[in-house]
Amino acid sequence: MKNKEKKSGIGGLMRGLVRKQIFIPIAALVILTIFNYIMDPTFFKITLSPNSLGYNVLSGSIITILDNGSELAILAIGMTLVTAASGGQDISVGATIAIAGSVILRILCGGQTSPDTLQAPVIVAFLVACVAGMLAGAFNGALVAYFRIQPMIATLILFTAGRSIGAWINNNTLPVVKDPSFAVYGGFIPGIAVPTPFLITVACIIIITLVLKFTTLGLYTQSVGINEESSRLNGLNPAFIKFLTFVILGLCVAVAALIKVSRISSINYSVIAKDIEMDAILAVALGGNKLSGGKFNMAASIIGAYVIQFLTTTLYALKVDANALPAYKAVVVIALVVLSAPSVTEKISALGKKMKPKAKEVA
Amino acid sequence: MKENAILEMKGIYKIFPGVRALQDVDFTLCKGEIHALMGENGAGKSTLIKVLTGVYEKDGGDIFLEGLGKAAVIRSPQDAQKLGISTVYQEITLCPNLSVAENMYIGRGDGAVQNWKKMNADADKILQNLDIPARGAQQLSSCSIAIQQMVAIARAVDMDCKVLILDEPTSSLDEKEVEKLFGLMRDLKKRGVGIIFVTHFLDQVYEVCDKITVLRDGKLVGEYEIKDLPRVQLVSKMLGKELDDMSDIKSDALAYKGKDADTNVFEAVGLQSNADIKPFNFHIKKGEVNGFTGLLGSGRSECVRAIFGADRVIAGNVKKDGKEVKIKKPIDAMKLGIAYLPEDRKLDGIVGDLSVRENIILAAQVLRGAFKPFSKAETYKIADEYIKMLEIKTASADTPIKSLSGGNQQKCILARWLLTHPDYLILDEPTRGIDVGTKIEIQKLVLKLASEGMSVTFISSETDEMLRTCSRLIVMRDRKVVGELSNEELCQSSIMNTIAGGGTTDEK
Amino acid sequence: MKEKFKNMSDTNLLLTITIVIFFLMYIGAILFLGEGFLKPQAFFNILNSQAALIITSCGLSLVMITGGIDISVGGVVALVSMSCAVLLDYKGGNIAEAILLAIGIGLAFGIVQGFLVAYLDIQPFIVTLAGMFFARGLTTIVHTNPFNVEHAGFIALKDTRIYIPGMGSFNKKGVYIPAYINIGVVVAIVVVIVLFCVLRWSKAGRHFYAVGGNRQSALMLGINVKRTVFASHVMCGLLAGIAGFVYFMYVGSGSPAHASGMEMNAIASSIIGGTLLTGGVGNIIGTLFGVLSLSTIQNIVQSAGLDQAWWTNITIAAMLCLFLVIQSIVMARKKSAE
Repeated sequence: MKNKEKKSGIGGLMRGLVRKQIFIPIAALVILTIFNYIMDPTFFKITLSPNSLGYNVLSGSIITILDNGSELAILAIGMTLVTAASGGQDISVGATIAIAGSVILRILCGGQTSPDTLQAPVIVAFLVACVAGMLAGAFNGALVAYFRIQPMIATLILFTAGRSIGAWINNNTLPVVKDPSFAVYGGFIPGIAVPTPFLITVACIIIITLVLKFTTLGLYTQSVGINEESSRLNGLNPAFIKFLTFVILGLCVAVAALIKVSRISSINYSVIAKDIEMDAILAVALGGNKLSGGKFNMAASIIGAYVIQFLTTTLYALKVDANALPAYKAVVVIALVVLSAPSVTEKISALGKKMKPKAKEVA
Repeated sequence: MKENAILEMKGIYKIFPGVRALQDVDFTLCKGEIHALMGENGAGKSTLIKVLTGVYEKDGGDIFLEGLGKAAVIRSPQDAQKLGISTVYQEITLCPNLSVAENMYIGRGDGAVQNWKKMNADADKILQNLDIPARGAQQLSSCSIAIQQMVAIARAVDMDCKVLILDEPTSSLDEKEVEKLFGLMRDLKKRGVGIIFVTHFLDQVYEVCDKITVLRDGKLVGEYEIKDLPRVQLVSKMLGKELDDMSDIKSDALAYKGKDADTNVFEAVGLQSNADIKPFNFHIKKGEVNGFTGLLGSGRSECVRAIFGADRVIAGNVKKDGKEVKIKKPIDAMKLGIAYLPEDRKLDGIVGDLSVRENIILAAQVLRGAFKPFSKAETYKIADEYIKMLEIKTASADTPIKSLSGGNQQKCILARWLLTHPDYLILDEPTRGIDVGTKIEIQKLVLKLASEGMSVTFISSETDEMLRTCSRLIVMRDRKVVGELSNEELCQSSIMNTIAGGGTTDEK
Repeated sequence: MKEKFKNMSDTNLLLTITIVIFFLMYIGAILFLGEGFLKPQAFFNILNSQAALIITSCGLSLVMITGGIDISVGGVVALVSMSCAVLLDYKGGNIAEAILLAIGIGLAFGIVQGFLVAYLDIQPFIVTLAGMFFARGLTTIVHTNPFNVEHAGFIALKDTRIYIPGMGSFNKKGVYIPAYINIGVVVAIVVVIVLFCVLRWSKAGRHFYAVGGNRQSALMLGINVKRTVFASHVMCGLLAGIAGFVYFMYVGSGSPAHASGMEMNAIASSIIGGTLLTGGVGNIIGTLFGVLSLSTIQNIVQSAGLDQAWWTNITIAAMLCLFLVIQSIVMARKKSAE
């Protein structure tokens, strides 16, 4: 509290902090880039070579990061809004990806384990998955907004049950889609060299940018996250806005689920999108957004998502065992968070001030 | 140290990034005296108190306490408590989830074991002595705000302190409770406790205090005996300028003279909300300034909240411009051209982390709808216009509103509602906790708006402020309307009589 | 009655609800699912299998009462059991060393996380999330594959049964089978009693509630808030370490997959037990009943023939949902009653 008051003393300083917000993920990105370049000078090499289906596609470490970071970046969009409005996080996204993914497969396979043809158009499956994702989001949102349960706890319910519900939808079978046209969403569109997931992510980013520009979603979510009662007295419906952010996140989940199941044309309920909720939350935090809600910076969150993916890829490149990965990730995350903690930055800037003492007077 | 002094602060400096909150401030408190600390908002009173209580660390100067020999080191509220300095803050600084007794005893005393029986018994005894209607075993959150404040005072009193700091403790107390508090203060004074009293209420200062220290812009103006400093001089010392004649701002020249001056802008019959108020009738004419008055807790805020739909309306018929309407939630009222500036600026008014600009456009934006956002350029234009018009002191339109002083925050909220171009404006305690200069500005603004045809309902705890602005007063007692005063009935004594229930009123 | 409801402290109110529901559930199980639940051993089996969870949840409740959260506990439990397993079977350590190691790991996590949360003011969720990642990853680094511990002394300890006189039952052949509990249960009971007493009757314990109730106020009331928050995390870490060893004694093996989802079960137990995540309200006895309720419902689900794996998770989730909604409604009604 004390620290906060100190900081808010003057506008210039706050502006500096806002500038700094996007600075954190970008700095992390730069450090990772330099590190990778030193470890492996060919890191940035991007080649155009034919893939297994015979047409030319881009490949290289950077492309891998952009490709694999797609689901995370899409989730970060929804998670940022949920965080801003509700001051909490949705930890059920991984589990709801299992639900939405299971729905997609159920519809595409029509209840069979491994049919030779698609039993329904992909778009139908996707739309139904969107409905499922939004329903899951609506369930979480209703608990948070109307029953006033803390978001982390409310979403704990689906976190616990989601993967089981996913298994239940397909009666615990693992349907496989044989039709190669489904693999496009997690792979490449014939003739286009850029991975489809990245294109989908770009589309999502464009959509959210337009939404934030042409609606007041940004102002409303921030306002509700900062002061709910005051927002209500200004004619807003805080409960509905919180609810809405969860539904939007549900939509993001459905898109991410499409990419995820398309990648392997099947599903593994207990492994699909495992720990992705943690990564998505970290992306928001790395973006310098307060996890307690209020002001947010969408661009910073999305960059944060790619930083997390970059880190994962880097660690793999260093031959770190997949199961040990979290330990290294944790160390990096803690280092970043400690360095950006207000109490630490203050001490650092105080050190700087001692070297050059001056007091500025402001009216 | 001076003879008889119990506390001496010398040459205190406190610097926040870019602001010198305190500069070379001296303050002396003697045994058995009640010493008022006065100044406008942002003068440095709170900062000085927080330095003394260890919430802030000072950047320069020394604090001496009687019997300590050397300069005191106060780095945390615990240190201050140990040195015999206790504090009661304006906002309740107790834990709502604990019992009343625990709140009185936690964080002090020796020993590791909590003796519940003894603690509850001790607490009950003190509460009884001080005539506070609460029991020790009760959970604090089940007490009213006023009682919680009294519990905080009971805690401070029981700590055998040498220095007692009361930082605006009376703003949530009603008159009776204030009297009780004053009795307590005089009693402590007799026992040799030095009391620092911070308040905005001038009457209270002249009622109990012995000395006044005035701060302005983080600097010491001076220390005065109460008898040497008449009210007008005190105010001019606080403001640093001679006072306009406050009583003269209302004049007939300012009254609204339109042809439709007699039509009702808003009318309510049997209006009742779930906030425990009796059904009431109410109307306001075009260009009229009226007000709800009554003691704190008499239901005056709840009435206007019911009008605005801020509480759930459970009964009554409402007419706006003569047409039957339904107001269920704030947005309904806003669409009808009603604006409401809430009582609690911090909790219900500002959106702290958002900029001044965003705070100003918020309500107008909500009215425009979610799919028609103002462009950034528009918002800057609007914000700059209102910052200039209301003379809001802010570094820029992008400054977070929470870093502004109380008065300037209030002006932003006012700007927010003026931007919606309401024809009926409700102001609930717009001047609470803000400095005298801004108070007068706001009063003048209200009268000017009314002269241009806006209807205004004004609520204030300060009766003279109401008398200066309102042409009709609705008097409340015990959550119901007990009378209405206008024209020649508008004077301090008739209001008091009506509130007390002795006047010639049409009591139901 | 209404007056009493109104004057009840939040903690006691939620505690009462939890206990009542637990007994209703248990009685329901006896009535509808038959004799199995009537045998004391059925209840003791719950205790035996959940001793580690009880200890973990107690630690977590402590942190939650101060308004924080610690989701690293499951990871710490896994790390402790793996480290102890490796120590005993591959490094030639003895049981005393293993216990010290368990406590050491727990304390280390508690101290580091507590420092970051309390003194550097970093959000507890992020810190302990990283802690969880770290513990899980480290478990794999310590040893990759699951294995059963063969250390003789440990197996003796693991199989030690404490018989409860008079609680046994006769099996179908009429042979008397005495009821027993494991050592872990004793540890859990001691932890519950000690923590209950600390929270109820020590001044330091009340500070946890004050800090959770309103941090700023607690500071103004002269409580060292940072130290209290730090202490809560250290205690939680320590208890997670102890729980790790108890868990290890129950499963007798090390595996990276151990205690997966335990942090969520612990959070669920605390909440079912009446701890509010906003802080300031909660009770160790409630947490104990939270764990018992959670595991009773699992048993009921299994006994009712819904033995597909997904039903367990779905019922836990449904129960959590139910409790959250009940809490939400009760607290809202109480507020409006004021």
